Amino acid sequence: MIRFEGVTKRYAGAPGHAPSVAVDDLTLEAPTGQITVLVGPSGCGKTTTLRMVNRMITPTSGSISLDGRDTAALDEAELRRGIGYVIQHAGLFPHRTVLDNVATVPRLLGWDTAKARRRAAEMLELVGLEAAYGGRYPSQLSGGQQQRVGVARALAADPPVMLMDEPFSAVDPVVREQLQDEFLRLQRELGKTILFVTHDIDEAIKLGDQVAVLRVGGRLAQLDTPARLLADPVDDFVADFVGRDRGYRALGFRGAPPLALRDEPTVRLGAGVGAARAATTDRWLLVLDDAGTPVGWVEPDRLTGPIEPEQLHRGGTVARADGSYRAVLDAALSAPSGRGVLVDESGRFVGTVTANRVVAAMSRPAAGGEAGGIPETAGGDPAGTAT
Amino acid sequence: MTWVWEHLGDIGGYAVSHALLAGIPLIVGLAIALPLGWLARRFPRAAPVVVGGSGLLYTIPSLALFILMPLVLGSRILDAINVYVAMTIYTVALLVRSVVDALGSVPESTALAATAMGYRRLGRALAVELPLAVPVLASGLRVAAVSNVSIVSVASLIGYPQLGYYLTDGYQRSFPLEIGVGIVGCVLLALLFDLTIRVGERLLTPWAHADTRREGRPSEGLVAR
Repeated sequence: MIRFEGVTKRYAGAPGHAPSVAVDDLTLEAPTGQITVLVGPSGCGKTTTLRMVNRMITPTSGSISLDGRDTAALDEAELRRGIGYVIQHAGLFPHRTVLDNVATVPRLLGWDTAKARRRAAEMLELVGLEAAYGGRYPSQLSGGQQQRVGVARALAADPPVMLMDEPFSAVDPVVREQLQDEFLRLQRELGKTILFVTHDIDEAIKLGDQVAVLRVGGRLAQLDTPARLLADPVDDFVADFVGRDRGYRALGFRGAPPLALRDEPTVRLGAGVGAARAATTDRWLLVLDDAGTPVGWVEPDRLTGPIEPEQLHRGGTVARADGSYRAVLDAALSAPSGRGVLVDESGRFVGTVTANRVVAAMSRPAAGGEAGGIPETAGGDPAGTAT
Repeated sequence: MTWVWEHLGDIGGYAVSHALLAGIPLIVGLAIALPLGWLARRFPRAAPVVVGGSGLLYTIPSLALFILMPLVLGSRILDAINVYVAMTIYTVALLVRSVVDALGSVPESTALAATAMGYRRLGRALAVELPLAVPVLASGLRVAAVSNVSIVSVASLIGYPQLGYYLTDGYQRSFPLEIGVGIVGCVLLALLFDLTIRVGERLLTPWAHADTRREGRPSEGLVAR
C-alpha cells in the first residue's frame, strides 16, 4: 500500500513571483495489489506525485509511506531498487542489450551476471518477447517492443510496487490497446501495487481499479472506481474531464443479465445457395464456421454460389453473452440485421438479441444485476445515465 | 629525397617523440577534464567558472607557456616535463567543454531512468552517462589531438626535439624538403591520432552502429534523441 498523507509540493517562483504549487495537500491511498490511476490535464501534478514516491522529487510537506514505512527514512537508492519504474518512451539504456537492460536492477542488487541474465530472460518471456530480442540493442526494437522491455526491466527484481508514468502513450493506438490488455493480464497474474499516471481518461477507466482525477494546481478532485466516476462525477471539472458518452461508457461496467435470446437461423460457411435461402427468415442470415463461431452475415438473395468468406458482411461486433451492457448493446447496434450476435466463453454462437431487448432489460428497475466476471456495477440509476 | 632516406632514423625518432609529447598530455588531460566537466554539470553555478576558466587557458600563447613552465614548475628549461604540462593544460582547456557537452548529450529520460532504477550518482555517471557520452567526447578528443600535434611543433623553438625541429631547421637552412618532411610528418601523425580515436570510439560504441534496418526504422540518432 502506498499512502500519501497531506503531501504538498511547492516550487519557489521566479523572484517577485508567487511560488507555484504542483501538488496540494494530497491524501490518497493506493491499495495493495491494485491499480490506482492518477489522471488529469497537464499541470495537475500527476507526474510530480508519482516521482515523490521513489523520492526523485522531495515533498515540501507531508509524508509518503510504503506498507507503513515512511519513505523519507529509507536510503534513496535502495528505496528505488525496490520500486519498479516505467516511463514514456521506455527510457531504456541505448548502450546495453535488451537482456542487460532488463538485468539492471538485479545487477544493482548484487546478483551475479549469470543469475541476473537468466532472470532477465524469464522477464522477456513474461512480457511476450522472443529470446532472440535479448541480444539486440533498444534502437533495433519498435516502440511497442521497447515499452515491453521497459515493463520487463521494472519487473525484473520482483518489486511489490510499480510506478508507471504514461507508459503506453508514445505508441500507436493499436499497439497501445494490445499493451494495455497484456498489462491487465500480467497484473492479474502478479498482483502488484501500481500507481499509474496518464492524461488519457479512457486509459484510466480501462486500467484503473480506482482512478484519482487531479485538477490543475495539484488538488485531488475525485477518487473513485471508474464506474462511479462515469456515473457520478463530483463537479463540472470532473464531468468535463471524464468527457462525452459517459452514460454509454458506464455501461461497460454493468454486466448484462441473462437476456431472452432470439432463435437465430444460421448456416455454415461454404453452404450452397439453396440451403441459405431455405434457412433464412429475412434479408440477413448469420454464418458460422465449422467450430460454431460466428464469422459474419450474408444476404441469401444476392448469393450466386456457395458462401465464400469474401461475401461476408463483417460490420457487426460480437459480444459475450455474459459481457457488459456496452458490449451487448454495441453488438446489436453494429449488426446489419439489427440483431447482436452473442457467444459463449469459447466463442461459440449462442443466440442474437435486438437493441430494444437490451435497452428494455437495462431500463427495468433493479436490473443492474451482475453477470459473471464483470467487476463493480455503477449501481444507482439503472438507465446508466449520468447527471 | 636521399636526404630523407639518410635521416629516416632521426625522422622516426622525432615522430615518436612528437607522438608522446602530444599523446600523453591528451590522456592525462582527458583524465582531468572528465571529473571537471562532470562537476560543472553537477553544480550548474560553478559551470561558467569551470568551463569559461579552462577555456581561457587556451588563449595563452604556446611559446609563452613553454617558457613560463620552468618558472612555475622549477624545472630545467630543456626538461620535457615543461612540454608535457603545457600540453596537458591545452588539452584540459579544450576538453572540459567537450565533456560538459558530451554528458549533456545523454538523453534526459535515460539519465532519469538510471536514477529511478536505483543508481547512485557516481554509479550512474560511470555505468550510464559516460558510455553514452563517448561519441560526443570522441569528437572533442579528435580536435584536441590534432591541436596538440600542431602545438607541440612550437616546442622546437625552445629546443625540445620533435618533428617541429624540421620546420625551424629547414627554414634557417632554406631547405624546403626538410620543411616538407616536418609538415607531412605532422599531418600524418595527426591523421594517425584521428584514426586511433575513431577506431577506439567504434569499439566502445557497438550500440551506436547496430543495424536498425531489421525493424524498418531509420537509424535514429541515439545521442541526439
